[in-house]
Amino acid sequence: MSSSTSARTDDPPAVVLTGITKRFPGVVANSDVHLTVRRGEVHALCGENGAGKSTLMKILYGMQAPDEGTIEVNGEQVRFRTPSDAIKAGIGMVHQHFMLADNLTVQENVVLGAEALHGIGQKARRRIIELSGRTGLNVDPGVLVEQLGVADRQRVEILKVLYRGAKVIILDEPTAVLVPQEVNELFDTVRGMQEQGYTFLFISHKLDEVRAIADSVTVIRRGTTVGSADPRTVSSRQLAEMMVGSELPSPETRESTVTDKVVLDVKGVRLLTPDGARPILEDVDLVVRSGEVVGIAGVEGNGQTELVETIMGMRKAGSGTISLLGRDLTKLGTLARREAGIGYVPEDRHRHGLLLTQPLWYNRILGHQTRRPAAKGIWLDTDGAKKDTERIVADFDVRTPGIDVPAAALSGGNQQKLVVGRELSGDPVLLIASHPTRGVDVGAQALIWDEIKRARAAGLAVLLISADLDELIGLSDTIKVMLRGRLVADADPNTVTPEDLGSAMTGAGSTSAAVHETVAVEEGEN
Amino acid sequence: MGHLRGKLLPPALAIVFSMLLCGVALVISGANPLSAFGAMLTQVGKGTTLVDIVNSTGIYYIAALAVAIGFQMNLFNIGVEGQYRVAAVVAAVVGGSIVLPTGIHTLVIIIVAALAGAAWAAIPAILKVTRGVNEVISTIMMNGLAIGLSAYLIRRDVFGELRGNNIRTPEIPESGRMFGITFGGAGTMFGFLFVAIALGVGYWIMMNRTRFGFELRASGESSTAASAGGVNAKKMVLVSMLLSGAIAGLISLPELLGRDHTFSLNFTAGIGFSGIAIALLGRNHPGGIAFGALLWAFLDKSGLALDNVGVPREIVTIMQGSIVLSVVVAYEVVRRFELASEQRRVGRELGTVGGAA
Repeated sequence: MSSSTSARTDDPPAVVLTGITKRFPGVVANSDVHLTVRRGEVHALCGENGAGKSTLMKILYGMQAPDEGTIEVNGEQVRFRTPSDAIKAGIGMVHQHFMLADNLTVQENVVLGAEALHGIGQKARRRIIELSGRTGLNVDPGVLVEQLGVADRQRVEILKVLYRGAKVIILDEPTAVLVPQEVNELFDTVRGMQEQGYTFLFISHKLDEVRAIADSVTVIRRGTTVGSADPRTVSSRQLAEMMVGSELPSPETRESTVTDKVVLDVKGVRLLTPDGARPILEDVDLVVRSGEVVGIAGVEGNGQTELVETIMGMRKAGSGTISLLGRDLTKLGTLARREAGIGYVPEDRHRHGLLLTQPLWYNRILGHQTRRPAAKGIWLDTDGAKKDTERIVADFDVRTPGIDVPAAALSGGNQQKLVVGRELSGDPVLLIASHPTRGVDVGAQALIWDEIKRARAAGLAVLLISADLDELIGLSDTIKVMLRGRLVADADPNTVTPEDLGSAMTGAGSTSAAVHETVAVEEGEN
Repeated sequence: MGHLRGKLLPPALAIVFSMLLCGVALVISGANPLSAFGAMLTQVGKGTTLVDIVNSTGIYYIAALAVAIGFQMNLFNIGVEGQYRVAAVVAAVVGGSIVLPTGIHTLVIIIVAALAGAAWAAIPAILKVTRGVNEVISTIMMNGLAIGLSAYLIRRDVFGELRGNNIRTPEIPESGRMFGITFGGAGTMFGFLFVAIALGVGYWIMMNRTRFGFELRASGESSTAASAGGVNAKKMVLVSMLLSGAIAGLISLPELLGRDHTFSLNFTAGIGFSGIAIALLGRNHPGGIAFGALLWAFLDKSGLALDNVGVPREIVTIMQGSIVLSVVVAYEVVRRFELASEQRRVGRELGTVGGAA
């Protein structure tokens, strides 16, 4: 597929990567990557998680050196040893995870590390105000970053790279943290800056967004560029198939298996910050039935993590009750709750799910150290654990040379399959899955979805937290929206769209009949 | 196997490296390193040295086990030093003041020592669990208090008595003492060494075969993953600290029950600190610790021979220090290398390393 764009073609391209190869132990590296970004265009780089997009951008931004291949900027071959070399060449990067100091002002954040450019006083301030217009940031440079919302923080990140003189701006998954309305605003900003001559490299795996914003698209799969496409003529489905090289999995569950047997019953749960100053969860009521997937939608940081950790007993609720199959768990610890039949796929498998340097079979014991087949009384049953790990490896298609390799040696998708397999072991009645497919490849994603669906059909109750709204809508039987520690709305997954959900997640109110507000959101509270 | 190589290579490298370092130090100070090392080796066969080394190994072994239990969950129990001192004086006082049949008397002394050590360790443990006080700071302070407390307890107006120029606790009667194995002029081996061996076996079983050991290791590896897996972090801190203190309480018993029968001003201090070094050297593994303890004891006892060849005995301290430093560095280097090679191996076997052809 060829592409024709409105960008000027007489100048040398802004960035040309030729034959980039980067090898890493055990993961998909870049191999023979070719990428040409014309000046003044928005160029999208698409690929699944783990396809090698981030590595490629780190190479372009000077954070890693390629083993082979060349980088040209504005027609000149360059070699970046550090990010500051890249910045000097006019390349700036906006990271997916913001790198801002909350307790500093916008101006201080922007100037930090670039004091030599315009000092730290009035001159810097004037320059920041001049540039903020271009990014659509309408706040005073003296405002503290902690008072800004996610979208404005992102603009501050863009401002930072502009201030350092970037003409080519890499946006690494910029929409991952935004709700649909904010995405549109970001795109307006990008188009406005494009007209002023800025070039964008837009990294994403969300294809609708790519088609909405990009002038040209390059697809990367298994570490190598597999082709480019014209976003005006290609369909999302075609793009997706280029990305995965095969048919796409779908999260959709077909028929309802919801029963009337209540498994998890959360009543009036309240949780305060450790200093007791501010509530994190307020009067949360939640029921999950056997055979039902209840999805929680919400912008990250609105209490979803805390809700899960409270149900797991890792945090102590200030008030309210949590019961499982009618049995009150409120006073029990995490282990007792697990023994009562709760499986838990944590949102951060490295921090909460695995013992990384220990072998796979040792990881099988974690959370099951009091139950068969991993233990008998106070004794560990290493044979039983090993045997059951073999089962998980086979049933969940964990790609590993054996069960004695340390968990850290597996790729993210295989680690996650191991965790999901472990948490579905021992016949749980409730599975709490926090972002179960975050950062895993398509194959693992499809398998994890299938396993959740199968367990649901067998009567498992599932509490699903996800930032991937398509996953949430596809898997859930019921969706609840969480905002500032409350469950504020219910949504019907059969009719709701991601836009409707996004609107409810930001507290903009119901925009559709599919979202039904359960709590009036009062502005200015808290 | 590569696995074993990763475990044995670092200490071997560290020992060679520190021998070279000490050799250089000896050459600089004008001595012949070969004759110095030779004198240390031949010393082993002389007098009671061999038995002294074995006895000392047992004592160091218990100390290092006490430290290792804390290390397994990243608890740095520097207070082993104070815990065994307090336990020694309490056990000596109790053992010297009660009358019980043979055997039972000894057993009571052992239990009292373990309880006293655990009680001394309980203070920093409770402080950590309830108030978040760092155990490194609090155990160091407890060490200072232990010196004061033991000095107070052996005052003549408290429990002590004056014998010659020495102040000591009342002597433990025959019934409370422990047997030894005598080799005539070559010395007497402490019977308590068998307890040390049993402790090592028990430690291995606990760490590798029990739920408690699993929870301990999981907490040490990742406290967040452990808590998500249902391990109660506070309980683990409390239990492992108490256990560490209880074992620390046994450190002085080989000498107390087998030789001295009293706590006096001649009390052997500093074993708790050696235990830290030995636990590091042995990687908290019961076999590794045994080897480390033996090495330590050898350096200590055969170092005495250095005076005879005109070399300062302090060279042994330099050697012990450089062994610990280099072993820590070597383990870390080997660990990173092994993890990377393991990832490469997995990648190769699964054929996912793109473009590696």
